[in-house]
Amino acid sequence: MKLQVSSRLAIFALIELATEPERQISVSDIGKKYDVSSHHLAKVMHTLGRAGLVRSIRGVGGGYSFSGNAKRTTLLDVIELFEETGASDCTPENAESATSAEWALCQVLFEIDDIARATLGSITLSTMLKQMARRTVVEKT
Amino acid sequence: MSKQTAATSQNNQINIRRVTEADLGHVVELDERVTGICKPDYWNDIFERYAKRRVHERFFLVAEGAGELSELPLLGYIVGEVRIWEFGSEPCGWVFAFSVEPGTRQQGIGERLFEAISKEFKQAGIATMRTMVPRQNQLHMAFFRSEGMVAGPYIQLEKSLDE
Repeated sequence: MKLQVSSRLAIFALIELATEPERQISVSDIGKKYDVSSHHLAKVMHTLGRAGLVRSIRGVGGGYSFSGNAKRTTLLDVIELFEETGASDCTPENAESATSAEWALCQVLFEIDDIARATLGSITLSTMLKQMARRTVVEKT
Repeated sequence: MSKQTAATSQNNQINIRRVTEADLGHVVELDERVTGICKPDYWNDIFERYAKRRVHERFFLVAEGAGELSELPLLGYIVGEVRIWEFGSEPCGWVFAFSVEPGTRQQGIGERLFEAISKEFKQAGIATMRTMVPRQNQLHMAFFRSEGMVAGPYIQLEKSLDE
């Protein structure tokens, strides 16, 4: 499964901010870390702001801070702000007129989409942070 | 009180132990509150098999509260066992029942139960723990994920026999 660049950037930015919710980080600092243009990232941050996941702080030393609930926000919540999930173009409406082969393929694609959504919908930002911490522990040992 | 101190304090008010016959009614009631189905026969059978036999590899644990949490007779339960060579699998710890009193969630009870059964499996020489969660049950799925569980090497398949 591939995610669009905006979704990936949004997840990285949120993880960056949620690691230290009190800290303010500028768009350019996040951009440098992930090697992306500040322009693109600014658009992503604007969308996250409208969703209430980040707060913009103006002035010297300003930037963004995390304002969401890391234990409640799932990867699916973030991704759906930027793209439609589910690669399948089958819908119950057009399934009726589909040939048997098209219908059978639809069933397979639905199954894959359903598993992908269940996975993304069950992993919170908090779980991502824990998973990162586990990797750090493994690397140290 | 800071968040961390509060969490520690609540953790100190939770005691995890093996189930007893006196807990059984409360287990049935908690399960019914959560699932909407009352199944005393099922739980009596589980108690007979998992609390009385082969207890070195079968674990039926309950969480009980102290202090503020002592008002409730039972805060949650977890049941699991060591299974060997099922589906060709190496010995593995299976968790097949888990529940926390709805009004006491987000207080570390599920985590304490999960940690306790993990410890039991480890002491039984088991290196992998496994469970199965309905895809629509985001609450349990998110919980197990937060405890470090990831998709395993098996895929569950089924077929409707009405076709």
